Parts: sequence; C-alpha cells; structure tokens
Amino acid sequence: MPGLGISFGRGGATTFVQDLQHSDVIVIQGSNMAECHPVAFQWVMEAKARGAKIVHVDPRFTRTSAMADLHVPIRAGSDIVFLGGIIHYILENDKAFKEYVIPYTNAANIIDPRFRDTEELDGFFSGWRADKGEYDEESWRYQGVEEVPAAGHKEVVPKEGGGGPRGKDVKKAPRDETLQHPRCVYQLLRKHYARYTPEKVEEICGVPPKTFLQVCEWLTQNSGRERTGAFCYAVGWTQHTVGVQYIRSAAIIQMLLGNMGRPGGGIMALRGHASIQGSTDIPTLYNLLPGYIPMAHAKQHSLKDYLDVNTAGGGFWSNFPAYFVSLMKAYFGDAVSKDNQWGYPWLPSVTGDHSHMTTVSDMTQGKIKGYFVMGENPVVGSTNGGMQRDGLAKLEWLVVRDLAMIETAEFWRERPECETEVFFFPAAAHTEKDGSFTNTNRLLQWHHKAVEPPGDCKSELDFVYELGKRLKAAYASSTDPKDKPIQALAWNYREIKPGEVDADAVLEEINGKNLVTGKPLSKYGELKDDGTTAAGCWIYVGCRADGVNQPARRKPQREQDWVAREWGWSWPDNRRMLYNRASADPDGKPWSERKRYVYWNGEKWTGFDTADFIPDRPPSYRPGPDDTGVKAISGIDPFIMQVDGKAWLYAPSGLLDGPMPTHYEPEEGVVPNAMYRQECNPRRLEYHLRRNRYHRAFDDPRYPYVLTTYRLTEHHTAGGMSRWLSWLSELMPEMFCEVSHELAAEVGLKNGGWATVTTARAQIECRVLVTGRMRPLRIQGRTVHQIGLPYHWGSTGLVRGDSTNDLIAFVADPNVQIQESKAFTGNIRPGRREQRYRIEPELAELAEPRDLPGLRPYATQPMQHNPEKE
Amino acid sequence: MKGFFTDTTLCIGCKACEVACKQWNQLPEDGLHLTGMSYDNTGHLGSSTWRHVSFVERPVPLGGTLSNFSWLMMSDVCKHCARAGCLEACPTGAIVRTEFGSVYIQPEICNGCGYCVSACPFGVVDRREDDGRAWKCTLCYDRLKADMKPACAKSCPTESIQFGDLVQLKVKARQRVEELHARGMTEAYLYGEEQEGTGGLNAFFLLADKPEKYNLPPKPEVPTKRAPKSWLSMGAAIAGLAALMLTAAVTP
Repeated sequence: MPGLGISFGRGGATTFVQDLQHSDVIVIQGSNMAECHPVAFQWVMEAKARGAKIVHVDPRFTRTSAMADLHVPIRAGSDIVFLGGIIHYILENDKAFKEYVIPYTNAANIIDPRFRDTEELDGFFSGWRADKGEYDEESWRYQGVEEVPAAGHKEVVPKEGGGGPRGKDVKKAPRDETLQHPRCVYQLLRKHYARYTPEKVEEICGVPPKTFLQVCEWLTQNSGRERTGAFCYAVGWTQHTVGVQYIRSAAIIQMLLGNMGRPGGGIMALRGHASIQGSTDIPTLYNLLPGYIPMAHAKQHSLKDYLDVNTAGGGFWSNFPAYFVSLMKAYFGDAVSKDNQWGYPWLPSVTGDHSHMTTVSDMTQGKIKGYFVMGENPVVGSTNGGMQRDGLAKLEWLVVRDLAMIETAEFWRERPECETEVFFFPAAAHTEKDGSFTNTNRLLQWHHKAVEPPGDCKSELDFVYELGKRLKAAYASSTDPKDKPIQALAWNYREIKPGEVDADAVLEEINGKNLVTGKPLSKYGELKDDGTTAAGCWIYVGCRADGVNQPARRKPQREQDWVAREWGWSWPDNRRMLYNRASADPDGKPWSERKRYVYWNGEKWTGFDTADFIPDRPPSYRPGPDDTGVKAISGIDPFIMQVDGKAWLYAPSGLLDGPMPTHYEPEEGVVPNAMYRQECNPRRLEYHLRRNRYHRAFDDPRYPYVLTTYRLTEHHTAGGMSRWLSWLSELMPEMFCEVSHELAAEVGLKNGGWATVTTARAQIECRVLVTGRMRPLRIQGRTVHQIGLPYHWGSTGLVRGDSTNDLIAFVADPNVQIQESKAFTGNIRPGRREQRYRIEPELAELAEPRDLPGLRPYATQPMQHNPEKE
Repeated sequence: MKGFFTDTTLCIGCKACEVACKQWNQLPEDGLHLTGMSYDNTGHLGSSTWRHVSFVERPVPLGGTLSNFSWLMMSDVCKHCARAGCLEACPTGAIVRTEFGSVYIQPEICNGCGYCVSACPFGVVDRREDDGRAWKCTLCYDRLKADMKPACAKSCPTESIQFGDLVQLKVKARQRVEELHARGMTEAYLYGEEQEGTGGLNAFFLLADKPEKYNLPPKPEVPTKRAPKSWLSMGAAIAGLAALMLTAAVTP
C-alpha cells in the first residue's frame, strides 16, 4: 500500500477499527463498509451513537449510506477532485492544524527550483520523458539534498547499487517554518489545488457545492486539539489507474487536519479478506520479501549493492541489514554466513514487471508453463475473465487448491481445444487447521483446528511443506549451482503427526530467535546483522515473545481497557495505533485531555498503547548534524520509518506518477478531463492485446455509461466460499445490475427482467434492479448514468451467472499494478445475450483509435506491454 | 420473561441473523430466485425462514439526516405475543408457553392441523410442505436452556437485535426513542411494546415509518380477542330470536 507507505512510512492501516468509536467525524469513501466489513462497521455505529457525523461518498446509495448522516453521490473515478477540493478548502480557509502540521509533516520543506507543477504543464509534472513514458523524479526532490528514499527505503523501480545508505543528509534540507517560501511544500500544495474549487467539484464529480461544503465543514470543525476525524477506504479507491494517488489525497487531508496518530483519527484501509493484510506482510507479491523487504533486482549484483540501495540514512529502515540477514538465517540456517553473502546470490532476482496482469498476458502468449492457484479464483475474481481463461488454456499444467470445484478448476470444460493438465487438490477450511489471520488492524489472531478436514482435504501449510520436501528430494543429488538454494533451504518443521506440520513451529520461525542463546526474540530492535539472530518476518518479531503464542491471547475487552492490548498481537511491537507519538504535542503532552493517548511522562513514553517511538527519547531531543540512523530521529519526529521522520504531504520520491495527487480521468470515461489537457494518468500501464481492446478515452458512442463493480454482504468475492452454500446463495441468488429509474426508462429496462451489459471485452447477462438508490448525475452539463455490477457469479456452484469481471480491461496503476475495475464504460440493453460466451472482436474494431490523436495531446506509452509484437 | 428488542435504525441489513438462525436450527433453503424487491430475496417469514430482513427504499430522508433518500431495514421474527393466537388455537397442546415467556411449537406433538397458521395475526406460523407440521422461531429454546443468547442476537454486529429481560429491554427502548427524537428522527416509535390486540409483543420493534411499510399489521389482534364479544352478540341474537318466537307464539 504505497499510498500510506510513502506518506507515513508503513503500508498498513494507521489505526484499528475499535478506535473509530472515538472519531468525531468519519468519512467513508471508496468503501461500502457496512456491506463489506459489517463487523468492523459496529465501531462506526458506536461513534454515531456518541454523536459523530458519518459521511458516505459513493456512486450508489448502499447499506452504508443508509446508516450515514449524509450520502454524497459521486461520479466513479472523480474522487481526487472531491478530495483535492477538501484540501483546497482547508488551505484557502486557513483551517490546517498548524501546530501539528509544521513540526510533524514536510509542509515546511523547500523543493528543488526545477520542479514544475501540473498547473504549469497542463497535466504533467516536470521530468516527463515522453520517449520512455515515465518520469525522471530528480526535479521533485527537496532542495539541496541528494535523493531521499521513500518510506525510509522503498523503490518502486529497483535501482542499481552503490554509494551507501541514502538520505543521510535529509536533515540538512532547508525548511521554512513560516510556510511562506513560494517553493515550500505548503505553498506548492496551495498552487497545485488552486483550481480544485467547489465549482470544479460540481462540474467533475456531480456533487452540488452545498453538499460538498457540508463535508468540508464537518471535517474542519472536527479538527484540532479537542477533536479528530477518520477516513475509511477500501478497493473503491485502490482499483483505479490513479488508485495510489486517491489514498495519498486522503493522507494529505488527514495530515493537514492533524488527525494522524491520534485517537479517532487515522486512515483505516479496510482489507477485504481475513488475512489480506497478512498476505502483504508475509507477501504473495512478486517484488517483496517478508516485512516489506524489497526483492533483489538483477541490477544489484552483490549483497553490498542491495544493502546500499535499501538501507536508509535515517529512521528505522537504517537497520535494514539486520532485518535482511536475519531473514536469510531463517531461510537457510547454517548454510549461510558472511562468507557467502548470507546467501544473497541464491535469491531470485526481479528483472521487470511480474505482476498478475503481466503474468497472465504472458500466459496468453504461451510463455508460462505452470501455475499454482491457491485461495483464489481468477477466472471469476480477476480482471478480463476471457484473458484469464485464454492464459490458463495455454499452460502445460495448472494446480488449483480450493474448497470447491471453482471455475478456475473447471474452465477447460468449455474449451475443447484446451490441453492444460489440471490438478485439483481439495483444501481444508480455516476451521479444519491451526494458523493465524492478520486482519485490517495489523492484528494477528490465532485460530485452532476445531474439526478434522474431511477426506483428502489438506491445509496449505501441509501441502506446501510436502511439496518442498519432494522438491528437496528431487534436487538432492544435483550438482547444478542453480539448485543450491533448494538444497540449502532449511525445511524441517515440527510435525504433530506424519504429514501434519505444527503451525506454531512456523510462528516460532517468523518470530525468530537468538541463535546464540536459542531464546525467542521479543522485539525487532534485537535483530542483528552479524548472523546471530534469525527471524522470518522482522515486523512480526515479538509475536511469540517469551515462547508464548501471543496471537492466541483472548482476554476479553471487558477485562482490560478499550485498546485491549492483550487480545491477539499486532505488528509492530503490539502497537495498535501507528505513529501514536503524534497524539502528543511537540512537548510530549496530550493535545487535550479528551484525545489523550500516548504521552511523555518525564522519563518515558506511556499511555494506552505501546509507544510507536523510541521509548526513552525525550521530546526535547535533537540529533546532531552528522547523526544518522535511529540517532537521527528527533524528539518531534513521529514518523519513525521515514528517513526524515516526517509525514509526507508532498512525496519527493517513491511514486511513479507524481509527488501530489492530480485528477486524471479513468482509462475509459464519459467526459473529457476538465482540469488538464492530459486525459488519463500518463504513467498508467496499458496492455495492448487482441483480447484486451480499449474503448475511446471518452465520448465513445458505443459505450455511453459508467460501470462500477462491487461486492455484496451475502457473497464472498469470487464466490468460492459462498456460492456452494444454500444459506448464503438464497440471499443473493442471481447476478444482477443496479440502474436508476431514469436509465431504465431511457433504455427500456424492467425491474426483475433481463439485461445484457457489453464492453469491447465481453458481454454478460444479468437481472435488473431498478432503484432510486442509483441516480443520474449532471456532469459538465450532461446527464451521466452509472450502472452498478456485483461480481460474485460464475459458471459453477449452486447459483450461477455471468461474471462481471469478464467486462473489464487490463489497465493498471503504475505503482502497484492494480486493475481499474471501479470506473470504466459500457453499454446496456434489455434482454438476454445471444452468445453463450464472450463476443469475438471484429478485427476492424481493433483499429479504433484509443485516444483520438489530433483531438487531444496524449502521452504515448512506449513502456506498454505488447507481447504480441515481441 | 425474555424477548427481543429489534432497533431497526441500527440494522445494516447484513442478514447475519437469517444465516445464523438457519445454521443453528438447520433449516433448509427456500428457493434460489431473485425477487426484484430491493435486496430482499427471502420475501417473508415462513416454515424455514424464522428471521427475515425486509428492505424498504424511500425517496425521502430519514429524520436527522441530510441525505435525500433512505433505506429502511428491519429484521422480522416471531413476536412471541403475550397473548398468542397460535397457542390459543392449537387443539393438541403442541404449542406451549415456555418458562422464558416464549411461544414454542413442540414438533413431536404437532399434528399439522394448521389452525395456528390462520390464528397468527402476523402470518408468522407456516406449515412445511414435506411433513405438514407447523414451524416458527423457537427463541432458540435449546440455546436459552444452555444459558446462551439466541443465534440471531448473538450474530448481529450492530446490536440491532437485542435479547434480554423484557422489562429492561423496554426501558432501554423508550430511552432510545427519546434519544432519536432529540437527534431529529422524530418519526421513531416503538411497535408492539404495548399492544391491545396481542397483549403486547415479547419481540417488539423500533420503527421509523408506518408498520405497513415493513409489512407489519397496524392493529394486530388475536382472533380470540373478539370471542367474548361474538359470544355476547350470539347470545343477544339467540335471545332476540327467542323473544321473537315467544312474541310470535303469544300473538294470536
């Protein structure tokens, strides 16, 4: 989650859902929290009962809107204008909480004189390289200092090594704490958002000024020493070609209002599954190792190169070598030492983009032989189902592990030409195995096996462990150097009985131990870079402190205070609220009695939570000019993972599409960009493939309506856990779309009847719900209709239906390669579709110009993925 | 006396109550068809649906909010009437009042006559197609015996469904209405907390619109409520007829 990672230092929700009860205003945007996180939503209801104002900004009136004090209908894909408008309101009405903003953010930092804003370059920042289709970030930097690594260390694009830890001189960067310097971040923000006025919000988002200003007033009235507000978002924000910048916009608002690290404040990133947070902490991502340690890049030839690039000059990423070496000791044990670079050359190297969409498009070109699908149903749940099926059909082998015979395991039945050999392994459910979930609170909670899995069902742990054992056996006698890592891998977990690994043994490895004493570690500060400690995930160190399974703690909240630190365990160091040093003023005193949380008692930081700070560093501490590493964190630097200890209103590095969020229309929209001549995010990733045709950027007469996709309470994502259960299936038994009365009248749709929804990728049929919860908006003087599409259905299971995701194109945000499924275009007509499957595109249609050259300037995309031409 | 207070202004329509009820009581599904009635695909309470969430879409705001639309949700259930029509109509004694004050159908005694079905003023009791017997919410009698909350109340994430001692629930409910009025939701009121026609409901509701909007009868009445009056009028009729006959007899 670089939106939060770049802004504050860690890619995770900054608070915990229980804390929402202390909010004085909650803005839910990009999330349908009541429907998709009903259990967490109880804390919003609690806040409401205590008098908080609840705002829901969403294209649809949902079950969340029904509980809100104000529902703001918005055009899907226009949120940066709405949020930018709030930033504009705060800055122009002088509503920022400056006592907080000046010491705790980079508002006062002065930016390089070469920097040019999108206001000056009509939608581009300085440094655009049209030949490469990417930015050179050099002019975005702080004035007079070398490059400052983002989130302490993170590089979205791995760089070549050399030069030692970066960002050592960041404390020497000039600051103007009067915020008057024309190139200080505060003034640059004012300039950047000068045109994000209530009138523009109305013109682009379709939100009347009165409604918009109501939201601004509630937010600013609930800011300052006595009051706080929170933002909640989910994939309604992330799944856009500018998704990361949506989250950055909210981060800027929360910094300006002084809401970070304080009770009732923060940004709640709502994760969609039981352990999605866990799946990035101990990642299933191609470019990360556990604990957000970057994967080695092919350009980083030696361990020294790798460590130099990733070690920060200041903040806690300065201890990067200790985190990395401990990880390698956990992976390889005695097989690694300083002499063989701790096994660094054995790690696979990243050579480019290997994200999901790129992998699947490679698959369609026959470049990938085998594929493991575990706990996922890409044929239904991922973008462009047709491409997904094409890809699977070109494999040699496919392994699917799931609870039921999901579409990904059954796709070949509809494809007589498919030669892929499909292996299906039945999986054990969470009640049938031990393990942990890491939820949206960064909270690890242990679950115990309640019943034995039926038949041949096995847990992922047992499956992967057995697979590893067989691989080790297969390569045991190899002399090929490439097989060395498999031979050297430490792979000896305790087994409860043959074939069943003790999950607690894995937690032990993750927590790590002191290899000299053999004792479990209790916090990440104990990690060493000399090979005397091992830890499978440095941010999880302490989850098994004292040899006790901390995530298994279940002391009820009523037996402790509201923070409930003895329920489960959260990373890092059981801190429930991140950056909580900021809950005290620069002198270390609570901002107010009402918002007391963590404070300095004269000797140490104390309060309701574990302080997210150096426990005994006084507020008065200031580093010397040449201090680096943890020593460089000043007593007023609450953001200890950042190299400069500050929250970043402006990101001088780390984001590929700009230092400040800027409005771009979605890849496929209905109106031209009313802010800049550049229509879409110039840095977005396109995939030019036969199966992945794009509509015109706007005004495409074939596809006049905005489509947006979502989930329902009654189903689980791609349906693998709900469409086989009668009790859930009967509640939402058929695929449907939601349309307004006005659109129904315009097109001739009848409530309960059939409709066919079409894009260039596919056509699907569904039932129609005509509802007042969908309303047309007035955008740039015209009526814009939006169509809502839940995406749970597929071709197998108890209830079946067409898959919405078949409609969506591969096009991605550059920072995280996430698809744009929350705003795209399509058409709708009454009746059922005529073809059983996807429509085959006419070749003539392929030549359709995408961005209408000549009409508008358009940043070309030479980096775009086009394997058909390769 | 135990019962439910269902505060519909807290209901987020998640239907966890429906699912928890079906799972605990092992009830079969009843049809996989989209109704087209907002997000309600269950339709109504029945022999295999003992909790049902209804959805009411209204193009008018809810008091105290600034949105120009509202969506009311309400989890309906057997009311366990203080004076229960089903119980009074049951000829076999299968329907009893339990020690918790709830109305319980003993399936091993029920003979499927169906009198209770027409005697329920709310249309809650229903016979199953396969075995012919009458079924409805048991207030999780088995769970109560084990000192556990009913499954629906246990699963409700927002405490829209509150289970407990009726006297206390009624105090809480009245406070909640006052609170909502103070916030501008002046339309909030209690349904069934006191009710002449049923003697009051052991499962009562806080509503924000007319009962009919939620598919509830505005003035429910158990059939036997009118029995004394009808006996009386029948008596009067007989007396009248007798008088008439007498008059006829004595008239020459």
